[in-house]
Amino acid sequence: MVNILQLFVENREFIFLIIVSIFLGIEVISNVPAVLHTPLMSGANAIHGVVIIGSIIIMLEAHPTNYLALILGFFAVVLGTLNVVGGFVVTNRMLEMFKKKEK
Amino acid sequence: MTELLGLSILELCYIAASITFILGLKMLSSPDKARKGNLIAAYGMGIAILATILFKEELTADKWLNYALILAGLIVGTVIGTRMALKVKMTAMPQMVSFFNGMGGACAAVISLVEFDHVMHGGTISSGMLVVILLGLIIGSVSFSGSIIAYGKLEGKIGDKALPAGQILNIILLLGMLGMAIFMANTAEPQAIYIYILLGVSLLYGVLFVMPIGGADMPVVISLLNSFTGMAAAFGGFLYGNQAMLTGGILVGSAGTILTVLMCKAMNRSLTNVIIGSFGGGGTAAADDG
Repeated sequence: MVNILQLFVENREFIFLIIVSIFLGIEVISNVPAVLHTPLMSGANAIHGVVIIGSIIIMLEAHPTNYLALILGFFAVVLGTLNVVGGFVVTNRMLEMFKKKEK
Repeated sequence: MTELLGLSILELCYIAASITFILGLKMLSSPDKARKGNLIAAYGMGIAILATILFKEELTADKWLNYALILAGLIVGTVIGTRMALKVKMTAMPQMVSFFNGMGGACAAVISLVEFDHVMHGGTISSGMLVVILLGLIIGSVSFSGSIIAYGKLEGKIGDKALPAGQILNIILLLGMLGMAIFMANTAEPQAIYIYILLGVSLLYGVLFVMPIGGADMPVVISLLNSFTGMAAAFGGFLYGNQAMLTGGILVGSAGTILTVLMCKAMNRSLTNVIIGSFGGGGTAAADDG
């Protein structure tokens, strides 16, 4: 219990940010038309690829002889990049198709 | 002075990235701006990644291997990701999204594994932060295995199979994972084996969670798993005190959840119906939709 309270007090700015972001996320997409559901899902998928920053931080902080961290970190970078690059390219292709359909 | 300058640039880039994520999501929800929104978010992501590499730590020569591996990872990921994304057929888009979503989840899970290893080897951390690491691991790996199953199902490689009493087993697994995370956070000496058990159970849960859900409901499930990965990314952001990861992750987490509900509404179904409805008479329900 003490731990949880401590976590709360130490990170209150972040918790504030989390709560505001939750409402922002809900608000920002609340008027999406049904045709855009899948592209929006795909775009959001690319955005959570931001997790790649965590894998880069691992690599930057790893000691150059800590091979376990380096190898796992390398895989994490590859996985994160796949998420980011693949996500944005797929979304772009989907939206391209929409453009053609409308014409 | 230079260090301070670097950190300021880094934080400014993170703010810029967060703004592009918000704008990107906003524009993605209106038809004529959607494509531009996607590009804006992509630029923001690029800036955030570049700034992290350049300014997060001071560039030193003895870490050349670290930088080389980062660069190699980025190149490998970009080449494979672009190829896959460009080759995939238009009709196969949802499973591609699911696949990339799984990669993000796996990335979050690996980050948690490395950080736990760090804790094991003398890194000091509050038990609250340990919970954050473990939640990142659980959600990341559930999202990974669930997404891969969803991918396989949409590709037609995996059929619909429901275990008898699968729903009860799932609840037991879920409670087990949470109990184990709480236990690990409170025990004085966390053992390495615990985290691998937790990893295994989480992966299994992801599989069993998606397995019984019918193909017609799959986009809804992918959207749900998408918001899971967003949460996993946000836990990572919380762990590192990184605002870009935090806002990006939470935005996707909440927007993804609402999007899941909207998708269900568009299909005239409720979310609980999709998740629990698969068991018992659910197979027919899914067939009706298709």
